[in-house]
Amino acid sequence: MKKSMIKSALKDELLLKVEKPARYIGNEFNMVRKDYKSVDIRFCMCFPDVYEIGMSHLGIQILYDMFNKREDTYCERVYSPWVDMDKVLRENDIPLFALESQTPVKDFDFLGITLQYEMCYTNILQILDLSKIPIYSKDRDDSCPIVIGGGPCAYNPEPIADFFDMFYIGEGETSYKELLDVYKEYKKTNKTREEFLRRASRISGIYVPSLYNVEYNEDGTIKNFEPVYDDIPKKVKKEIVKDLDASSYPEKPLVPYIKVTQDRVVLEIQRGCTRGCRFCQAGMIYRPVRERDVDYLKDLAIKMLESTGHEEISLSSLSSSDYSKLQELVYYLIDEISSKGINISLPSLRIDAFSLDVMSKVQDVRKSSLTFAPEAGSQRLRNVINKGLTKEVILKGAMDAFISGWNKVKLYFMLGLPTETYEDIEQIAVLSDEIAREYYTIPKDERNGKVSITSSTSFFVPKPFTPFQWVRMNTVEEFLEKQRFLNGKMKEQLNYKSIKYNWHEAETTLLEGILARGDRKLCPVIYDVYKKGAIFDAWGEFFKYDAWIETFKEHNIDINFYTTREREFDEILPWDFIDIGVTKKFLWNEYNKGKNEEVTLNCMTKCSGCGAGTFKTGVCLKVKG
Amino acid sequence: MINVNYRIIFYKFGVMKFLGHLDIMRYFQKAFKRAKIDVSYSKGYNPHMIMSFASPLGTGLTSDGEYLDVSLNEDIDNKVLIDRLNEQMVDGMYIAGAAKLSDECKNSMSIVAAATYLVSVKDGYNQEIYYFKNIFREKIKELYSSDEIKVIKATKKSEKEVDIKPLIINIDYNDFDYSNSCAEIFDNQIHVVMTLSAGSENNLKPELIIKALCEFCNINYNEFAYQYHRTEMYYREDDDAIKPLLGKDAYDMLIQRELFVNSN
Ligand code: SF4
Repeated sequence: MKKSMIKSALKDELLLKVEKPARYIGNEFNMVRKDYKSVDIRFCMCFPDVYEIGMSHLGIQILYDMFNKREDTYCERVYSPWVDMDKVLRENDIPLFALESQTPVKDFDFLGITLQYEMCYTNILQILDLSKIPIYSKDRDDSCPIVIGGGPCAYNPEPIADFFDMFYIGEGETSYKELLDVYKEYKKTNKTREEFLRRASRISGIYVPSLYNVEYNEDGTIKNFEPVYDDIPKKVKKEIVKDLDASSYPEKPLVPYIKVTQDRVVLEIQRGCTRGCRFCQAGMIYRPVRERDVDYLKDLAIKMLESTGHEEISLSSLSSSDYSKLQELVYYLIDEISSKGINISLPSLRIDAFSLDVMSKVQDVRKSSLTFAPEAGSQRLRNVINKGLTKEVILKGAMDAFISGWNKVKLYFMLGLPTETYEDIEQIAVLSDEIAREYYTIPKDERNGKVSITSSTSFFVPKPFTPFQWVRMNTVEEFLEKQRFLNGKMKEQLNYKSIKYNWHEAETTLLEGILARGDRKLCPVIYDVYKKGAIFDAWGEFFKYDAWIETFKEHNIDINFYTTREREFDEILPWDFIDIGVTKKFLWNEYNKGKNEEVTLNCMTKCSGCGAGTFKTGVCLKVKG
Repeated sequence: MINVNYRIIFYKFGVMKFLGHLDIMRYFQKAFKRAKIDVSYSKGYNPHMIMSFASPLGTGLTSDGEYLDVSLNEDIDNKVLIDRLNEQMVDGMYIAGAAKLSDECKNSMSIVAAATYLVSVKDGYNQEIYYFKNIFREKIKELYSSDEIKVIKATKKSEKEVDIKPLIINIDYNDFDYSNSCAEIFDNQIHVVMTLSAGSENNLKPELIIKALCEFCNINYNEFAYQYHRTEMYYREDDDAIKPLLGKDAYDMLIQRELFVNSN
């Protein structure tokens, strides 16, 4: 037993001055240790938000584990320094460092940044700036790491295209091997950055923005989007894991010291979703749905609990109720681990006999709540968005749960959906009330106290690669008007005292809307607003709305071009160069079906020929058209 | 079900000194789980491991003498317990000993009566180094020979002036023996060892003495210039003598400090 070997990048005094020094020391249990001087490739993985958020992200843990399985590569981590540490680093002129080796990020071969939400874009610039890496990729030379972006927001990378050397489109488990192999070769032969980028652009899933030229029409729409050289693919096809069971999964996840958002083992049971909700980007980009083998998951769950010592496990996926072996898996976990003092945190499940049974086994019925996400108040609008949840199903589910002792219900809705009318909005209040009424049909002596309904609304943001990618988004004023209207309607309900109404900030939504469907013209705006001090936009307390609006004006950018403008079918959208399998034609048909209030069945019932069948995996192999 | 109480002594050093007490508790809970040691849980709806610490160590401090009491549903050999836990330790944590306690034992938190600290001036703090070089211990001796040492003690509600001299049990003016200790060794070598009253009632933090010393010497107290390192904690015998906590109520005990190498 010897003394600690890793020297912290910061002297004690600086660490003791910040709020949570543990964010910056690394050294977590299961952290991978290698000699960074003796590997060929140093990869720094970054989640551009604070440690507690970044450490909770499964994707990074998967890639961290996968990269470190390579002997020639050492993958380390970095997260956004919190505002207090940001100040410390700037004042003392200390370059941002990776947690494992405590050495500067700038010395790495790669800086990989995961893009989970638009509101983290200024944080990316903070990371680059603090690392002393030029913010614009064009200003970088061979001494800088290759800056690569990935994750859901890489499906429209254009608003941040100028800051990245490349993007990885799709699931990380597949093409990194080739990318790193190619890089190693280039490093050995001392070829230039440009040569490497050009070679990498031919790797499946890799998009090198500097190798594509964008021309605009006078009205600001895209006229032309073309590769600069002939040998560069016109379309970048998303990467997808064909066999999840054969892909990498961390059996020994990192165990943080401080309490992080997901302080538990996370088990991904499947990837993708078959339901086809028309507002949902994840439902489209992760197609086709692929399940993990249940025996594999059982084994993995036990291994991860043993290797971390976590006292909780959660199952992760979109629409978990659709996982075919869910019952088997959940009952196995209850039998095997509940007795050992380990909690199971369930994803939100369709309410039925099974879910009520397991919920009553793993939760305190009186404290936990039922969750429904009807998203829209009326059946009409639910048909528009293809949300196959009916009022009857909700009321029956709620009633079954009430009889079993539950009395808390959470409902999630969106305001500003396409074709929405004030009648649709009113139905949100009516539905909330009806659930309460249902409760009070139970004889008083059989009730479990009062019912409590929490209805939350968020504002709808149209996202790329959804059937609603063309639609007009509401203005802030419209959003707020709708919210006020609904708030009024809530108060008119018989059981209004049992209903709590929560809502979101409209300003954040506006910015999200601009960035989600933005183009390259937004890069200088993001740069300037960062220079004005914007970081941690996702954290209400730091969000500088006025600075953003002011900067858009300075750049003569009309916000409405991005938000309230209804697009035409033949407009070239900034993300059209990406091929997600699902075709543009399918999305457009879905949009029109939506307008006609027609529903589309989920993949398991009937294949609707979305185009993802080209990947020849998952659900597509099981259903007939 | 059998139930055995254990007392464990551990070291905390390196970057682990930046973790607060709550995080250390969480760390041990997970370490016990990983080590597959069968810890008893409290009853009730929110069961938690039955585990308690003698005295929380402040953020920034290191230690060779932290105590953790834990109740197990199994009777395992001290050596096995130590080894299995050490397999689950990170850099900066070391399990140095364990003892099985008799059934009548009181928890360490309630019996801790004193603690020894090594106080060093950190390298890089040139004003302090310049001033205290060769006179650190003399100045402390002078201060200690005063009739009383008055300091302002801030409690949650108020500030009051108290005399801390009676709370100083001993000051050791000899050089510290760094072998088998995780204490950081500084080039400037300015250090002193002191044993102070501890526990819920008369707890004296070493910072207060150094603050008083700075006032006595008429220099500014820079809170970052000193490293405080706890070396041991004690209980009080009936005859008033203080003895290391590990021995109290122990019927079987093992200490492995000698396996720790200070490679500083
Ligand atoms: S091709 Fe058919 S089965 Fe496959 S994802 Fe698309 S709709 Fe579903």
